[in-house]
Amino acid sequence: MNSYYADLHIHTVLSPCGDLEMSPGNIVEQAVEKGLDIIAVTDHNHTGHARLTRELGARKGIWVVYGTEINTREEVHCLTFFDTDEQLSVFQQEMDHNYVKMPNDTSLFGYQVIVDEGEQIVEEISFSLYPGLNWSIEEASEVVHKLGGLFVPAHVDRTMNGLFAQLGIFPDDLEVDAVEIWRKSSREAAKMEYPELKPYTLIQNSDAHYLDDIGRAGNRYLMKGRNFKELGMALRGEEGRLVI
Amino acid sequence: MDQSGEERGIIEVKANKMNVEEIVKVLGLEVYTNCDLVSRNVNGGYVSDLLSDVMGHAKEGEVWITLQSHINVVAIASMKELAAIVLVKGIEPGKEVVEKAEEEGIPLLGTMDDTFTLSGKLFQLLR
Repeated sequence: MNSYYADLHIHTVLSPCGDLEMSPGNIVEQAVEKGLDIIAVTDHNHTGHARLTRELGARKGIWVVYGTEINTREEVHCLTFFDTDEQLSVFQQEMDHNYVKMPNDTSLFGYQVIVDEGEQIVEEISFSLYPGLNWSIEEASEVVHKLGGLFVPAHVDRTMNGLFAQLGIFPDDLEVDAVEIWRKSSREAAKMEYPELKPYTLIQNSDAHYLDDIGRAGNRYLMKGRNFKELGMALRGEEGRLVI
Repeated sequence: MDQSGEERGIIEVKANKMNVEEIVKVLGLEVYTNCDLVSRNVNGGYVSDLLSDVMGHAKEGEVWITLQSHINVVAIASMKELAAIVLVKGIEPGKEVVEKAEEEGIPLLGTMDDTFTLSGKLFQLLR
């Protein structure tokens, strides 16, 4: 097995709360500096910066996993990961049909912009990416899995938009590939407080909104290679693949 | 000089509590489940959309007013032995949520009112 250091929860400037410095180029540079082998771009309810970040990451030897941090109807935040351009496009279309659209007040929530390689703004998303999509958490998991993606409830033990705060208990029929706990928690403490977590791989990520935050949490993934199939196996703890 | 109720000849009788069926009738609530309403006494109400908060703070016999229609509301209402769940703003529960509520014997109710309005009405009714 090879060992890869990964931070799978990073916001770009496209997220309303993401710092203006969080351009794909800067994020990749910072990831190199922090010694990361794998990162995922996980903006709130949008995939707009995934492709450019992957392109720039590839030039620097970093594998950028396509992703989002979606907000469900119950206001539970969940990470989604995808492999191909095709999956990413279809997932974006699915979200397009399920936004609860209200205008984004930039003075309150910040800018939601997509930039190009030269850091020029090419698009501004005018509706707020903050509200929950019109999917229950189970529906969201189903959409993601049907497309061949991975589904990981985010910071489940955090008060703000964590699964346990919003839903009280882990839903019986929810299919997940792993579970993210807050970067400041420990796996032992989380499993003690929520015994329902015992069967799952628990991961921790930076949830970076500022450049300096990138890599402040992450995990080592023991896998045969840096590809999506291996990532899924590691998250599910299959055939010797592991997250440590 | 103030007199106590007893001195004024008033005898306090412990009132019978209202049950869920009576509340449904008075407030004109929708009933999504087919389960017994009469046997469920109402001790009060609780308003929250955070299920963890309800787990921690709602008390037995309370009517829970919420906009969350996730299936976990049933599990938590059952765990806390709540009298009923009321979904606000015309939010309708999914089929599997209704089935689970019937299985647990928890009345699942609905209203077109928002949370503030329904809470006010229920508060008036129970005070």
